[in-house]
Amino acid sequence: MKRTAIFGLALGLGLVTACGSGGDDEADGGGDDGGRADVTLVTHDSFLVSDEVLARFEEETGHHVEVLRSGDAGVVVNQAVLSRGNPQGDVLFGVDNTLLSRALDEDVFVPYEAAGLDAIPADLRLDAENRVTPVDTGDICVNYDRAWFAEEGLTPPETFADLADPAYRDLLVVQNAATSSPGLGFLLATVSTFGDDGWQDYWQRLADNGVEVVDGWEQAYNERFSGSGQGGDRPLVVSYASSPPAGVVYGGEERPDEAPTGVSTGTCFRQMEFAGLLEGAANPEGGRALLDFLIGRDFQEDMPLQMFVSPVLPDAALPEEYTRYGVTVDDPVTMDPAVIAEGRDGWIDEWTSLVLG
Amino acid sequence: MTGRGTAVRLALLAAPVAFLAVFFLYPVATIVGEGLRDGGAWQLGRAGEVLRDGDTADVLWFTVWQAAASTVLTLAVGLPAAWAFARLRFPGRKVLHAAVTVPFVLPTVVTGAAFLAVVGRGGLLDDWWGVRLDNTVWAILLAHASLNFAVVVRIVGGLWSQLDPGQAEAARMLGATRRAAWLRVTLPALMPAVASAAVMVFLFTFTSFGVVQILGGPRNGTLEVEIYRQTAQLLDLPTAAVLTLLQFALVAVLLGAQALLTRRTETALSLVDPATNARRPRGAAEHAALAAVLTVIALLLVLPLAVLLERSLSVPGGGHGLANYRSLFSDDGGTFVAAPWQAVETSLRYAAIATLIAVVIGGLAATALARRGGGRTLRGFDALLMLPLGTSAVTVGFGFLVTLDEPPLDLRSSWTLVPLAQALVGVPFVVRVLLPVLRAVDDRLRQAAAVLGASPARVWREVDLPLVRRAVLVAAGFAFAVSLGEFGATVFIARADNPTLPVAVARLLSRPGALNYGQAMALSAVLMLVCTLTLLALERIRPAGRTP
Repeated sequence: MKRTAIFGLALGLGLVTACGSGGDDEADGGGDDGGRADVTLVTHDSFLVSDEVLARFEEETGHHVEVLRSGDAGVVVNQAVLSRGNPQGDVLFGVDNTLLSRALDEDVFVPYEAAGLDAIPADLRLDAENRVTPVDTGDICVNYDRAWFAEEGLTPPETFADLADPAYRDLLVVQNAATSSPGLGFLLATVSTFGDDGWQDYWQRLADNGVEVVDGWEQAYNERFSGSGQGGDRPLVVSYASSPPAGVVYGGEERPDEAPTGVSTGTCFRQMEFAGLLEGAANPEGGRALLDFLIGRDFQEDMPLQMFVSPVLPDAALPEEYTRYGVTVDDPVTMDPAVIAEGRDGWIDEWTSLVLG
Repeated sequence: MTGRGTAVRLALLAAPVAFLAVFFLYPVATIVGEGLRDGGAWQLGRAGEVLRDGDTADVLWFTVWQAAASTVLTLAVGLPAAWAFARLRFPGRKVLHAAVTVPFVLPTVVTGAAFLAVVGRGGLLDDWWGVRLDNTVWAILLAHASLNFAVVVRIVGGLWSQLDPGQAEAARMLGATRRAAWLRVTLPALMPAVASAAVMVFLFTFTSFGVVQILGGPRNGTLEVEIYRQTAQLLDLPTAAVLTLLQFALVAVLLGAQALLTRRTETALSLVDPATNARRPRGAAEHAALAAVLTVIALLLVLPLAVLLERSLSVPGGGHGLANYRSLFSDDGGTFVAAPWQAVETSLRYAAIATLIAVVIGGLAATALARRGGGRTLRGFDALLMLPLGTSAVTVGFGFLVTLDEPPLDLRSSWTLVPLAQALVGVPFVVRVLLPVLRAVDDRLRQAAAVLGASPARVWREVDLPLVRRAVLVAAGFAFAVSLGEFGATVFIARADNPTLPVAVARLLSRPGALNYGQAMALSAVLMLVCTLTLLALERIRPAGRTP
């Protein structure tokens, strides 16, 4: 009997944990019982906002925000397509220019002209119907390890052509374009730069020059890139223009004069992220307020040190650490989302057999 | 009597069938159906296209053979260890028994990195002998063996420790050699557990994702990777649906073979208290065997984990210290995940709930399946219970999204979906651990109890439960470990702001900065500790009295 009792106790304990936690979560999620409307933001795992900034929005509008994160941008957009008409939330943030066409073609969003949209440069407002609102931009660029190049007495590469130069042999690590978004961005940049018939030849030269392909950003940057300080062996990696400031901010207490890593500004691909009001949103009014907030000054000025992306609001003040350790990319490669949607699968297939095959 | 037996069985099966139907079959069938019936018409031509594609055949072949090779390797290193843990007493046995489960629980992005540090560029092998295994299939196989080591040790070792050594001794007394006694008595008795373990390892490696990606490099892709790509990236549901069905077909063939094998070998066994079974090693041969087992554990499991610990202790700018651990508790310094230690609490809570669900559902199913005279339908259900292990996390995750979206089951954004998804993976473990032991319980004991007037519930409590309690704890430990480490389905479920440990680690690793990296390593070390302590605690729950 004693044993049964012990077993029963174990089960009971589990039940208590289960019930207890259930109660907790209801208390957390039930913050809206005072009549406040809930607005839900569906987004990817990299979304971040300061607690104070979000709290200000909630205070000003009376909308309590719930943030639902799942996987990467591709997963989020695909989930939105599959749940069209009965979405998981009111606003989706995180559609980038490589996924934009799919989201628009599948009628995931309804038009809304966010307050303050006029202030945003026209070349970022890619949908004439305003089904999506541009929120931020970022650049996928080759990063270099300053210390390594200083030690070798070598000038870091600046352009795509440099990367194929034998002087930079066996130095670059990139991501699989089929599975990683920086990997895809870098491939798109080369396609745009060298043209439909020229990029294959360029990648052949990169391969001859010892480019290494690993699966994802984590392996490339954390394990292989010497500039991340984890003992990697390659001083060149495909990453983001904002990785140097992020590396300093998340590098510890120290604030060096210069970030230990630099950016090859001639190798950049412009990524843009959009948000939109989801078709069938339960709280469209709250959703519209949330869209206004995303391009409002508060959020736009908070973003650089949270998600390490650049604001779309031209006069948003940039944090000191972001500008001091970061670079401005004057002339990034861009590509029309429709062209990306059209060509992407074919380019990836061709790239896979060319570089990995 | 038979009528009543069937009624009891149906009653036992009601909950498992409902659970599986609602949280697995319905979501997966719907998402596959959506793919195959694109725009209302059946896309069967598309199915043929995908199946005839040469790439599909390559992926399929690689998936199957690496899983088979991984299974063989895992059994080869795991079976001697199962013996050692079941039969021998040695210092540190209990801690080690819990610790071998750790790689199984850690996020693959972390174990993958730890393995790379051993077998990859600039790794220990590279430093010592100039050997590099990254981007080779060897790295995949070794990592799979390390990750699934615990499956063999726990499932086979669990039964082995309860096996009456008197039977093999009797055979030897009757003149059988040591070898013959092992081959004719011990091995057949263990066969059902070995088959169970083999199936679990195969299914796990068959759907391996992170390990293949990180260690195998971008050139080696499995079916799982391809299904992920088609679903999560390309949204090519027709192709994903065909590949999912292909995955199902292969798993079905495997489970059919296992059922055949098991049916021929399963018999009632004489089970004893495991505590009476283990003793100190005797003789040179046993000492040598134990030494070999410990060496394998040191190289395959302890070494990668030690690398991880070392990294969690290394401080930006050189040296070692507890800075990374301290930063887990501080909110300054730009922590990415709000207070990472909260992830520990979230993970423990989800895992506790998932374990409870898995033990109840799996326990009911195993009890029903263990009753004599099941017939084909029942064996089919047994196979069905295994299917979630052989199914892509992304298929299940997206399936949830398109099915559990309307009241009364609008669970899409509810936290309950996470433990439910985790339990889906836990149930097969509970069934596979319990079933061999339940079937080994001598039915005559039950009959005797019934003749003496015990009700079926009392028979279960007085006969079955004392004999299977240990197995229940092993099963619960497994379900807990699986839930704690579950990443795949969890990441596809849109969650409000409470990341589990593996998700928090992945988020930290997805950003630059030594602080993020250090925190990810420290958090992984915390996950290791939580796992080891919980399993140790579970194993401490022991019968109060020794004799039933």
